[in-house]
Amino acid sequence: MKTLVWVEHDNVSVKDATLAVVSAASLLGEVTALVAGTAIDEAVAAAAQIEGVTLVLRADDPAYGNALAENVAPLIAALMASYDAFLAPTTSNGKNLAPRVAALLDVMQISDILSVEGARTFTRPIYAGNAIATVESSDAKLVITVRGTAFPKASATGGAASIKDAEGLGDAGLSSFLGAEIATSERPELTAAKIVVSGGRALKDAETFSTIIFPLADKLGAAVGASRAAVDAGYVPNDYQVGQTGKIVAPEVYIAVGISGAIQHLAGMKDSKTIIAINKDEDAPIFQVADFGLIADLFTAIPELTSKL
Amino acid sequence: MRVVVPIKRVIDYNVKPRVKTDGSGVDLANVKMSMNPFDEIAVEEAIRLKEKGIATELLVVSIGPAKAQETLRTALAMGADRAILVQVDGDVEPLAVAKLLKAVADEEQPGLIITGKQAIDDDSNQVGQMLAALLGRPQGTFANKIDVSGDRVVVTREVDGGLQTVTLKLPAVVTADLRLNEPRYASLPNIMKAKSKPLAVKAPADYNVDIAARLKTLKVSEPPVRTAGIKVQDVDALVAKLKEMGIA
Repeated sequence: MKTLVWVEHDNVSVKDATLAVVSAASLLGEVTALVAGTAIDEAVAAAAQIEGVTLVLRADDPAYGNALAENVAPLIAALMASYDAFLAPTTSNGKNLAPRVAALLDVMQISDILSVEGARTFTRPIYAGNAIATVESSDAKLVITVRGTAFPKASATGGAASIKDAEGLGDAGLSSFLGAEIATSERPELTAAKIVVSGGRALKDAETFSTIIFPLADKLGAAVGASRAAVDAGYVPNDYQVGQTGKIVAPEVYIAVGISGAIQHLAGMKDSKTIIAINKDEDAPIFQVADFGLIADLFTAIPELTSKL
Repeated sequence: MRVVVPIKRVIDYNVKPRVKTDGSGVDLANVKMSMNPFDEIAVEEAIRLKEKGIATELLVVSIGPAKAQETLRTALAMGADRAILVQVDGDVEPLAVAKLLKAVADEEQPGLIITGKQAIDDDSNQVGQMLAALLGRPQGTFANKIDVSGDRVVVTREVDGGLQTVTLKLPAVVTADLRLNEPRYASLPNIMKAKSKPLAVKAPADYNVDIAARLKTLKVSEPPVRTAGIKVQDVDALVAKLKEMGIA
C-alpha cells in the first residue's frame, strides 16, 4: 500500500504529532510525506530525515501558507490518484482538512485511530472514549486521522528521503487567513510534554491558578493543563483544556490538582502512564484512575510539594 | 438569508454509555436521548443571527429515526422556524449525512449552514467539512465567534495553541465549538408554539442519495480499565514517590 502523510509543521520544524502518523502509516506500507506551505525548505529537510519516510513532496505555494482546507484539500485529493491511503494527525489542522479530502474522494473517513489491526481494519474511540470500535473499510482508498498519543513516534532523524516538488493548484478563492493569536509559552507543548500539571475548578480564580499551578509546573519542567470547568470559569485560556472536547494527552506523569475527574476530563488523560491526583474530596472519581492519590487541601499541599522538589 | 442547522439526536451527555455484552455496540435501550450539545450551540447561534436581523429564516434538519422529531421540536421551541426530518433507522455515516444535507441545501439555498463540530456518540468530527467540500463552499470549523457582514463571514476558530481568524465567502459552512455561546432553554409558551410549526418528514430516496455504509463495525468493546492505585499519606510521601520515578 502507498500512503501519503500530512506533515504538521511551523515552516521550520516538523511537529511531533507527525511522527506518530508516520509510525501508523508505516504499518500500512510505503510512506510519502507531504509538506505544504510557503517558505518551507527547512520543514521539507526535516521531514526528509524522519525514519520510514521514502519521499517528501514539497508543495510550496502562498495559497497553502495557513493550511486553509479549501486550498489544500484539492491538492491532496489530486495527489491521491497515486496513493491508497491518506493519513493526518488528529490536530486542529488534521481534523479540519481530512474530512474535506475524504468527501472529495467519496471516502468515509476513519477518525482518530488508536491502532492498525489490518490493512483496512482499525480501532477508534467512540462515546468520548467510553467504548472502542473496531471498524473495517470497504472504500477503495483510505482517509484516516491518527491519535498521536496512541502510536510510538518515528525517529526524527536517520531517514534520507528524496524530495520532489508537487505542483500547487493555487487559491480556490473561497477563504482567506485574517490572523492568529497563538499563545507563546516557555513551557513545553501540552500534547507533547513528558509531565503535565493540570488544575481544576477548585483553584478559585485565574490568579490563584497561576500562583499555585505554575510554580509546580515550572519546577518539574511540565506543561500546564486544566479541566473544562477551570477553562469555562476563565482561569486559563481555552487551549489549556484537557478532555474529550479539548486536548487528548498521554504524558509519562499527569498531576491532577483539584480536579474531580468528570468522564469528559478522564477521556482526555486516562492513557497517561502515571496519574497523580491531589484533591481534598476523598470520593472524587479522579482517585479511581490515579496511581497515587493524596487527600489534602491543595492550597497548602501544592506550595509544600513545590518547595520540597 | 436562510440559515440551515443540522441536528442529531444522541445519548444525553450526562449518561455514561454502556457497551453491550455481545460487543455489537452501545446499549441505547431506555437511555435518555437529547440534542447533540454542539448542535444546540449551533441552533442558538442561528437564533441570535435571526434576532440581529441577519438571518431571515432558520431551518433545522435531522437525519435519524422517527423519534428525532422530538429533537427537532426542541429546536423549534428554542426558536427555529421549520424542520425537516430525513427519516432513517439505524446508523448513518457522516459521508451519507453530508450527501443528504447537500441535497437539502441544493433545494433550500441557505446563505449559511451551522453544524455542531462533532456528535458526542461517534465522535467523527466530519459532517461540516464534508458538506462544505460537497457544496464546493468554504468551511469555518471549531468556531468560537461568528461575524456576518455583507457577503462574508469572519470566523474565529479554536486551533491548537490558540485562535485563528478566517474570512469566508458566503454561502459557507461553520461548525460550532463549545465556547461559541451558551444555548437558551425553551420557554413553556414556546414549547407549545413549536407544536404547530411545520415539520416535514422525508426519506433518503426523496433526495436520491445512497446511504449504504462504507465502514463495517466488527466489534465494540470496553476501553482498558485503569485501576485505582494507592493513597499516599502526605506531601513527603508523594515527593518520595516522585523521586522513585526519577522526576524529582
